[in-house]
Amino acid sequence: MIIFQHLLNGLRLGSIYALIALGYSMVYGIIKLLNFAHGDIIMVGGYIALLLIGAQVSPVIAILLSILGCMILACVIEKVAYKPLRSAPRLSLLITAIGVSYLLENLAQLIWGADPRSFPSSKIIANVNFSLGGVTISLTTIVTIVVAVISMIILNLLVQKTKMGKAMRAVSEDTGAAQLMGINVNRTINYTFAIGAALAGIGAILYCCSVPQVKPTTGYLLGIKAFVAAVLGGIGSIPGAMLGGFAIGMAEVIVNAVGLSSWTDAVVYLVLIVVLLVKPTGFMGRSMNEKV
Amino acid sequence: MKHERTIPTPAKYLINTVLTVILLAGGTMLMNAGAFNRATTAIIQQIGIYIILAVSLNMVVGYLGQLPLGHSGFMAVGAYAGALFWKATQGVMPSFLTILLGLIVAGLAAALFGVIIGIPALRLKGDYLAIITLGFSEIIRICIINLPNITGGTPGLLNIPKYSGFFVVFASVAVTCYVIHTIMHSRHGRAILSIRDNEIAADACGINLTYYKVFTFAVSAFFAGVAGALYAGYQGSLFPKSFDFMASINILVMVVLGGMGSMLGSAVAATVLTALPLVMQSLSEYRMVIYSLLLIIVMIFKPSGLMGQYDFSFTGIIENIMNGRLFRRKKKAGGTKNE
Repeated sequence: MIIFQHLLNGLRLGSIYALIALGYSMVYGIIKLLNFAHGDIIMVGGYIALLLIGAQVSPVIAILLSILGCMILACVIEKVAYKPLRSAPRLSLLITAIGVSYLLENLAQLIWGADPRSFPSSKIIANVNFSLGGVTISLTTIVTIVVAVISMIILNLLVQKTKMGKAMRAVSEDTGAAQLMGINVNRTINYTFAIGAALAGIGAILYCCSVPQVKPTTGYLLGIKAFVAAVLGGIGSIPGAMLGGFAIGMAEVIVNAVGLSSWTDAVVYLVLIVVLLVKPTGFMGRSMNEKV
Repeated sequence: MKHERTIPTPAKYLINTVLTVILLAGGTMLMNAGAFNRATTAIIQQIGIYIILAVSLNMVVGYLGQLPLGHSGFMAVGAYAGALFWKATQGVMPSFLTILLGLIVAGLAAALFGVIIGIPALRLKGDYLAIITLGFSEIIRICIINLPNITGGTPGLLNIPKYSGFFVVFASVAVTCYVIHTIMHSRHGRAILSIRDNEIAADACGINLTYYKVFTFAVSAFFAGVAGALYAGYQGSLFPKSFDFMASINILVMVVLGGMGSMLGSAVAATVLTALPLVMQSLSEYRMVIYSLLLIIVMIFKPSGLMGQYDFSFTGIIENIMNGRLFRRKKKAGGTKNE
């Protein structure tokens, strides 16, 4: 029975990682940028929800507004910091992304203080536990898994069935050719950032509900782990990001269950290193050959 | 074409050695005479340590053209290795020998890690290299936290003999700059630069990519380790928290702002960014915000950094004066760079 318990916890953690990993993967797929700021967008989303609920805004509206806030923030970051560097060397783009991440973290610290704030999770998801043959399942777990799965299904439909999804796939395949075919590349990139940020916003609410606290450095570790998940699944691949997320969540829960909780983060990094060395394309990624 | 008057190489070395000695001796005398108060002295020593860190990171970022995010990991290895060595050998040898051996041990330990991490990590490029070095440095930090018997864990390693005086720090700075400068002006340095400029072409010309990448990485790690040991000897105590991701970013900010590929740029940026908090204490809480904004702005408007790839050479200036050009820069001037 205890195995089931861990399995559920792993699924909950994994679905949050998967949601965030999707954002990394999509952005990487389309402009080949490791968006370091993605994790910090999650942190901002958490703070927005926290402050709105603190101001007696109804939770549903607060959640929607915080997701919207994440999307706007991501688009602004893209416009201001990444767009001017579209043709610059990859190194400059990466350093800018680190700078943005650093800026968000420090601004948050300046505005909201460095101490963690407790997140009013009970106002969003009631604190109810179900008992099923010895396994305790909290409502948070169920909601997290269900919401994550639904978001992923919607994302898949969006990418596979809509015109914008088609454009996104085309741009990530070959930006130049897509542009020649009359696709508005800038708008497509903007959409990708917005969708990734929306998923991050959902992930932010779910993560903050299960922790339940927010602090300026929330996004850092979460972002790194989600990135590991994205790499594990094969960066640029949407099903890969989901799979990677679940795998990392499971791995983390297993390490905790064995009683090595102080080594959890080390294990995540180790997984990353091994994956990068053995199969840099991940589970589902395609290999890319460098051209001269 | 007019014949250019140049200084013979041995004379260049002599000039630079004399200058370095004068600066070191003068600084030490000023320090001993108590010309600066304690806070200023502390900042000056920190500046020295950060110059070593920035110059060594510049070797990988600026000259090799790779972006590692784990410089603080090497610094941590060196710091703990040096501190443990110093604690174990305190009073056994004359202190000069202890300090020197400690620094070498720290550097070698960090270089060893540089090789161990470099061989697998340098197969990757760009973002992947960045993230894998970040992973390694975090693993180093987690190991330090989880091995309290050796490293003191989270409560910290205390009572480290405070060996890092002005002379020790700035002599190390001079040695670091000299060694890196010399390497970069040898055939090895040109090989490293060619990898930065075009990896595939360099490979086609018969340059052993893996060897040179790992070599650069190890040298950079060596000096990061030395800086770490100096940091340990300056603080007198070590905490794993000092070596987190933020520490790596701090060093990277110095290299990027100063100009990737400019040793002078790294040194100046390290000096300014370390001294800034002292000068503008009222701005201390905005410091990190300003750093990150600077990073973004410099990347957008001047991606090569403030100094670009310009390097300063004292003898180069003398040669320019001898040739009747006072303010025109001469490219590729020789001679060691002075602190």
